[in-house]
Amino acid sequence: MTVPIDVRSIRKAFGEKRVLEGVDLAVEAGETFALVGPSGAGKTTLLRIVAGLEAPDEGEVRIGGDGNGEGSLGRDIGFVAQRPAVFRRSALENVAFGLRLRGIEDDRVERDALAALDLVGLADLPDAKAWTLSAGEAQRLCFARAAVLQPKVLLLDEFTANLDPANVGLLERALISYHKENQATILIVTHNLFQAKRVASRAGFLFGGRVVETADVRTFFSDPKDERTRGFVNGEMPY
Amino acid sequence: MVDELLGIAGLSLYVAAASTAIASLLGIPLGAFLALREEARGRRPSLTIAKAVVFTMYGMPPVLAGLLVYLLISKEGPLGALGLLFTPGGMILAQVLIVTPIVTGVTYSAVSSVGRDVKDAARSLGAKGWPLTAMVVEEARLGVLTAVMVGFGRAISEVGAVLIVGGNIRGSTRTLTTSIVLETGRGNFAEAVGLGAFLLVIAFGIFLVLRRMQERGYR
Repeated sequence: MTVPIDVRSIRKAFGEKRVLEGVDLAVEAGETFALVGPSGAGKTTLLRIVAGLEAPDEGEVRIGGDGNGEGSLGRDIGFVAQRPAVFRRSALENVAFGLRLRGIEDDRVERDALAALDLVGLADLPDAKAWTLSAGEAQRLCFARAAVLQPKVLLLDEFTANLDPANVGLLERALISYHKENQATILIVTHNLFQAKRVASRAGFLFGGRVVETADVRTFFSDPKDERTRGFVNGEMPY
Repeated sequence: MVDELLGIAGLSLYVAAASTAIASLLGIPLGAFLALREEARGRRPSLTIAKAVVFTMYGMPPVLAGLLVYLLISKEGPLGALGLLFTPGGMILAQVLIVTPIVTGVTYSAVSSVGRDVKDAARSLGAKGWPLTAMVVEEARLGVLTAVMVGFGRAISEVGAVLIVGGNIRGSTRTLTTSIVLETGRGNFAEAVGLGAFLLVIAFGIFLVLRRMQERGYR
C-alpha cells in the first residue's frame, strides 16, 4: 500500500522570523518528489514538520490520512538528515536500533540490518564503530538505518550535501532501488537541481515560505510557469 | 590494628559505593528527564524551578544534610521506627541526599550536550519516552560516568553528615573520614595524616578503574 503526503496551510515562525507562510503541498502516493529552493527558504523546517520532529504553528500534515503526531513510530516514516548523526555503537547496531525498538527478534534484526548495510555498500563493515566512519560512509549508514524499517514514506533532507560524487552516486542508487522495491513515497529536499532531475518524478519550488510551483520534473525544469521558478532553475537566484 | 583499619576502610567504601549507586539510580534518569523535557518543551517555569532546586542542592552543606536526616530517622522522627540512626543505613541515606543532586546535575549537562541531530535521529526511528531516555543516556555515557565519579568522590570524602548520622561509633559506624576527625581532635596528627593518605590511595584506585572505563568509551 502506498501512502500520500498532504501538507495543508503550514505556518511556522522562529521568534520574529517567519519561515513558512502557508505551505500547501501534495505528494502523491508512491512518487519521488523533489522540493528545491534557495538556502533559508524553509525546506528543512518543512521536512522536519512532516517528519513530526517540529510542530507547526498552524496547519496540518496528513500522511496516509493521519494528522499531525509526535514521532514516527507507527507512522511509517523514515527520515535522513543533512548531517550524518550516528549513534556511538557499531554500524550494525545503528541499523538495528529501530528494529529492536519494534521488538523484532534478534535473528531477524541481524539479517535485516546486514541486508540494509549491503544496500548502501557497507556490508563489510558491520562491526565498525560508527563514529570512526568517513562522512560518506556515515551518511550511507544513516540511510540504511532509516531504510531497514521499510517505511512507506521516506523524507530526505539534503542527504548527499557535502559528499563526494562516488558517495552521492551510491546513495542515489540505493534510493532508487529502495523506491522500486518498496513503492515508497519519497520527499527529498535538495538544492542540487541535477539530483532532483536524476531521482524525482515531480518537483516543487519553495520560496518565500510558500510553494510557488509544482510540476513533473521534465516540465519543472524545461518549462516552468512561474518567473521565480524559471529564475531559480536557470541559476538566477531570486533573492 | 590492621583489622580495625581494614574494617573502617571497608565501611567507608561500602557507604560511599552504596550511596553513589542509589544516587545514580535516582539521579541519572532524573537528569536525563530534565534535559530531554527542557529540549522538547522549552524553558517552562516548572522545569526552571526543578533545575534551580537541583543546582542549589549541589551546594548543600553536608552537616545540614546530616542534620535533616538525623531529624528524619531519630526516634521521634517520621522514619524513627526504621532504627537507622547510628547505623550504616542512616549514613547511606544522608549521603544519598548529598550525592543525588550532583549526579542529577552532571547527567543533565551531559545529556544536554548530546547533539540534537542524534536525538532527532532516534526520535525519527520511533524512540520516545523511556527508550529515548535510555538511548540518550547511552550516548552521553562518558559524561554520565563523570557524574558517577564526581558523586563517588563527594561520598567517599564526606565527613559532616556521616559524623552526625553515624555517630563515629568504633566498630560500627566509624569511617576513614570520621577517624581522621577523631585522631586530629586527639592530637594524633601522624595517624590522621596516615588515614588521609590511605583514603587517597583507595580513592585513586577507584578513580583509576572508572577512568579506564571512560577511556575505553572514547576509543
